[in-house]
Amino acid sequence: MAGTDGSNDFVVFDQVQKSYDGETLVVKNLNLSIGQGEFLTMLGPSGSGKTTCLMMLAGFETSTHGEIRLGGRPINNIPPHKRGIGMVFQNYALFPHMTVAENLAFPLQVRKMSRGDTRDKVAKALDMVQMGEFGDRRPSQLSGGQQQRVALARALVFEPELVLMDEPLGALDKQLREHMQYEIKHIHERLGVTVVYVTHDQSEALTMSDRIAVFDDGVIQQLAPPAVLYEKPDNAFVASFIGENNKLSARVDSVTNGVANVTIDNGDKVQALAVNCGDGGNTMLSIRPERVLLSPDAPNRLDGKVLELIYLGDHIRCRMAVAGHDEFIVKVPNSSDHAALNVGETCPVGWVTEDCRALDAA
Amino acid sequence: MTDASYQVDAVHRTQTDASGLLLAADGTPLKKKLREALKVSRRRAFLLVAPLLLFIMASFVIPILLLLAQGVKDSTFSSIMPESTAILSEWDAKSDPSEEMAAALVADLISAKATDRSLATKVGTRVNREVSGAISLFKKTTRKASKMEAPFLDALHATDKKWKDPAYWKAMKIASQTITPAYYAAAVDKKYLADGSFVDQPEDRQIYVKLFVKTILVAGGVMLCCILLGFPVAYLLAHLPARKANLLMILVLLPFWTSLLVRTTAWIAMLQSAGVLNDIFVWVGITTDDQRFSLIYNMTGTIIAMTHILLPFMILPIYSVMKAIPPSHVRAAKSLGATNWTAFWRVYFPATVPGIGAGGLLVFILAIGYYITPALVGGQDGQLISNFIAYHMQKSLNWSLAAALGGILLVLVLILYWLYDRIVGIDNMKLG
Repeated sequence: MAGTDGSNDFVVFDQVQKSYDGETLVVKNLNLSIGQGEFLTMLGPSGSGKTTCLMMLAGFETSTHGEIRLGGRPINNIPPHKRGIGMVFQNYALFPHMTVAENLAFPLQVRKMSRGDTRDKVAKALDMVQMGEFGDRRPSQLSGGQQQRVALARALVFEPELVLMDEPLGALDKQLREHMQYEIKHIHERLGVTVVYVTHDQSEALTMSDRIAVFDDGVIQQLAPPAVLYEKPDNAFVASFIGENNKLSARVDSVTNGVANVTIDNGDKVQALAVNCGDGGNTMLSIRPERVLLSPDAPNRLDGKVLELIYLGDHIRCRMAVAGHDEFIVKVPNSSDHAALNVGETCPVGWVTEDCRALDAA
Repeated sequence: MTDASYQVDAVHRTQTDASGLLLAADGTPLKKKLREALKVSRRRAFLLVAPLLLFIMASFVIPILLLLAQGVKDSTFSSIMPESTAILSEWDAKSDPSEEMAAALVADLISAKATDRSLATKVGTRVNREVSGAISLFKKTTRKASKMEAPFLDALHATDKKWKDPAYWKAMKIASQTITPAYYAAAVDKKYLADGSFVDQPEDRQIYVKLFVKTILVAGGVMLCCILLGFPVAYLLAHLPARKANLLMILVLLPFWTSLLVRTTAWIAMLQSAGVLNDIFVWVGITTDDQRFSLIYNMTGTIIAMTHILLPFMILPIYSVMKAIPPSHVRAAKSLGATNWTAFWRVYFPATVPGIGAGGLLVFILAIGYYITPALVGGQDGQLISNFIAYHMQKSLNWSLAAALGGILLVLVLILYWLYDRIVGIDNMKLG
């Protein structure tokens, strides 16, 4: 997790606000500390303010209020080229009139590094991304994945302590994207550089990050390591944004020892883990499809009617009608114990109380 | 056998002929089959452009070629004076004119007079281009030709002493050549002599080379002015918010929608010594009333007006190129440590070069052949080569010289085009 070598607040957003038009806040009171060597992902739907935060950190946007600190030093008034932050852009932003090697040499040349050192560092950086033989090519002669590697090498070649990545894999096809995710993760582990990564792709965020900040509506909804984010979402937005989720709206009857007794809209009474619900108010029950149990002796038992079965190889995806909701999804492992589902049949549905989280009703 | 497996079988059974060429299902070679299949669409494409092609050939390409041919071909003399032409071509232009030449001349003049009285004047005009005084000489000789008797050489000498001067005979020899380099020679200030050599024109008649140089310099100057003025405007256009950019774009395009003549005459009102600009200068105190700047009817006026008129041709290509440069490129440069200037000069500017090249070539080629504006605001000093081509077309009626000058201009433009292709590359050009 945070801070492989010390400082837990290498990058600090301190009460940062941003407005473009003076009427609406795109970023609302952002407080965020990023540790040195950490891989932090800003995840959220488009328009949630994550890219704005990245641009403020890079220096291409100025914050309307608040302070951004890098290594303890306020950087609000430092122009981008003096911040020494590497950046990888969505469309690579390689300079088309320069060869790959010239692209990589650019940050070293503007730093007035000697020719010999420049050549060595460029060669080293290209080897790091396995592009050593492509130094003389133009960016237009490379495939998308190769351009992405070059962009990555260029952002790292001048050895910045912080690298920002703005949806760098967005333009690649699925297979290549997954491959590059591992590659970026490994480079991060090898170099120990701090990475702030922006994406709207949750699987990308889960694969690579030490911590994920889920953005919505200009606010960080939850900041947690991937496992926590998936297993223990704080609110309804995070629960539905990360992974698949069954949602049942219900009413809280009472809360005892962190367990909520709730009545689902159709009158069934069940128990859930009280996370983010008041006593006596509306709530939204959230349960992962793979945590639903299909056995008559499960706790919190309801009746479900099988509406649709989709065969997906390793598991069977089963859409059911449960407690008045037609979109209740259950992932049934493709093993011999669970072979007996048929469309139209009724079967018992239940869950362990800890797996069902009572969240805000939004 | 099921349907599916039958289809698979059919796909894999491709046929080839003896030499290994692929054959279509009916046994004809696949390439021939493909050509036949494409023939219809090709014919349709040709028919679609055919009307325009015909129009351009008839109204543009053929007239231009005919006119260009006039630059090297002149059959005025040889068609009216066939006998002289035949004898003059054998003359070495060094020995004295012979009796046969004189006889042929008189015979030609008599037959020309019989056909049409004006023909002899035409011949005189043609010879007059080589040596002055020939028109009156031919008129006079034609009048008396029918009464001449052998020996014709003496008869001619009696008619006019000029016939004793070999210059007139040499001039006739030059004029008698149907294919002649004389006009192209004249267009580069050389004189073509009867013995086939070239000499420089006298100093005071050397105008065209200087004029070509001046035209190229003016076109280059206008191009530079357009780049300097147009680049920042294009930058502004490409980076302002859409609404403001559209307004600015309309201002840029406004001159396009106004007649060229109106714009040029507007500059007369602006620049003349009692014009708006000079009034302002006097009022501000830059100059005094009796020392107003002469901004028009000279080179200054030509350059100012041409720059203004050609500016949109520079702005639009640069703008369209700038519009296509992703903003992330400059950002990337800055994040890599480049100052604003370095990011501009090393990353942004190189990306705009295709636009500057396209605009520059466009403006230069338009400027090199500019006619109306120099004619109206150029005065004596600001005339360009095209004004002289027009002069020879309309006033002196020396179409052959006009064609030669035009031909040289065309070659100059083609050379520039070729140079541009070598240096920048035509494929890099973006016009919008």
